[in-house]
Amino acid sequence: MLIKQISVFVENKSGRLAEITSVLADNGIDIRALSIADTTDFGILRLIVDKPDQAEKVLKEAGMTVSLTNVIAIGIPDTPGAFAKAMKVLSDTGIGIEYMYAFISRDEGRACVLLRVTDNEEAVAALRKNDIEIFEEDKVYKM
Amino acid sequence: MVKKIWNPEMECMKRADMEALQLERLKALVDYCDKNVKFYHDRFVKMGITADKIKVLSDIQYLPYTTKADLRDTYPFGMFGVDRREIVRIHASSGTTGNPTVVGYTKEDLGHWAEQVARIATAGGADENSLVQICFGYGLFTGALGLHYGLEKIGATVVPISSGNTEKQLKFMRDFGTDTIVATPSYCLYLAESAREMGISMENYNLKIGLLGSEGCTPEMRDQIEERWGNGFFVSDNYGMSELNGPGLSGECYLRDGMHIAEDHFLCEVINSETGDVLDKGETGELVVTNLTKRGIPMIRYRTKDITYINYEPCECGRTSARMHKIIGRSDDMLKIRGVNVFPSQVESALIGISEIGPHYLLIVRREGYSDTLEIKVELIDGSLLDKYGILEALQRKIHDRIKSILGIEIKVTLAEPKSIERFTGKAQRVVDLRNK
Repeated sequence: MLIKQISVFVENKSGRLAEITSVLADNGIDIRALSIADTTDFGILRLIVDKPDQAEKVLKEAGMTVSLTNVIAIGIPDTPGAFAKAMKVLSDTGIGIEYMYAFISRDEGRACVLLRVTDNEEAVAALRKNDIEIFEEDKVYKM
Repeated sequence: MVKKIWNPEMECMKRADMEALQLERLKALVDYCDKNVKFYHDRFVKMGITADKIKVLSDIQYLPYTTKADLRDTYPFGMFGVDRREIVRIHASSGTTGNPTVVGYTKEDLGHWAEQVARIATAGGADENSLVQICFGYGLFTGALGLHYGLEKIGATVVPISSGNTEKQLKFMRDFGTDTIVATPSYCLYLAESAREMGISMENYNLKIGLLGSEGCTPEMRDQIEERWGNGFFVSDNYGMSELNGPGLSGECYLRDGMHIAEDHFLCEVINSETGDVLDKGETGELVVTNLTKRGIPMIRYRTKDITYINYEPCECGRTSARMHKIIGRSDDMLKIRGVNVFPSQVESALIGISEIGPHYLLIVRREGYSDTLEIKVELIDGSLLDKYGILEALQRKIHDRIKSILGIEIKVTLAEPKSIERFTGKAQRVVDLRNK
């Protein structure tokens, strides 16, 4: 139920994102979602891909600083208030969100929101209890 | 590791006897230079110096200094003490800042040089059973051939593989069972990094002894090199320069508490590099060396520009020879940033205890407005820090605070990607000074 997310350290200089993503392209790895945040000097690129273990391996071999982190993927119906509900569940349970990003999944008009929280187990239990859909690994990688 | 002394007679001599020997050799050297080297003869005449005026060892202070500029001005053979036909070998420096400095060796000089290297190699743990890979570049540079002949003299098996070709270096190391390596500290570290990257277990290497030199190596860097190779790998530092034969002037024993000087060949002084005054024994300053036995290109009071201090107490290893501390910095490598003296080695020792970053670094000095700025670039290697920005920023702050407390000036720390800082097989270039560009 947890999704493997790739994080890559990126120096703030032109061409780096192209280099990183072409390593993935050369190895036939498909990107599902991504997010990048930066300071003035460096950034961290976060990726969801179809083959995370292979992606970690090839990026490391290309000499990059890489890590795998477990994140949660939840499905949010395309109706007003659906996302707010999920956020409220987490805040009521006292779970902190480190960061998140979202994409629209191709099936059934739902959004997939990726969450990095302080406690994965607790978050999943609370979300499930409130009937919020948790995406399985395979489903996200194949989306 | 082997704890032998190559030449106990000279290396364990009583201080009074050593000083008597040095005085005798100094007088002979002054007389020799007076008669055979016009450069020295002219200076001696001007200063009223003759060999018989030297009565005690401290009279050396009345002799003139010799600098690298003197060697360049007399390029190529102006300071040789013998006819060119008596010279059997010539070495030269790269000459990046003008004429190269050219040095020549008589047959006898080469014999002395091999003897000096035999001593440091033995002190560092090599012996007749050693199998040595020399990863210094062969050629005009004295490092490779210097170690080569000294190691052959002690009976070691020498593999003159030269620098570069990392894969072949590692292959031979495994296949031959190489136990001793001669390299720069940074290349030795790079080899360990490469071995690991190739995914071959360090158990396949039999490396025990590192005779590392030709660039500075802080104790912290040394620890890191030893840790990367593992299996009890032991690194010692040694010192020398082509103007004074090459490597062999001094080297560490297994106690690593200073580098033992071949005092029967080299008379060392420490001076204030700005005033030229000789400092008291034990004080820190620029090392000045007189090569007592060299005849091809004799050298009186050569200014090394290296900063160190000398300990004259006998060592527990049994040697009585004076020990010079690892080079603290170069009087000309010293950066003046906002009026503060900064040595790259200070930054290195601050960085090396931090495991999240790699051992390579780069100092970039700029002038912004009327003020100098110092940026220190390091490579992030620990992927586990990528989870949160806060952790990376905390690391940046930790490095910043550590270096700032040592240097006493404001700096900027930049995290860079692995391998983005250039690697060097020879001397590492750690400073980029953009102030006058």
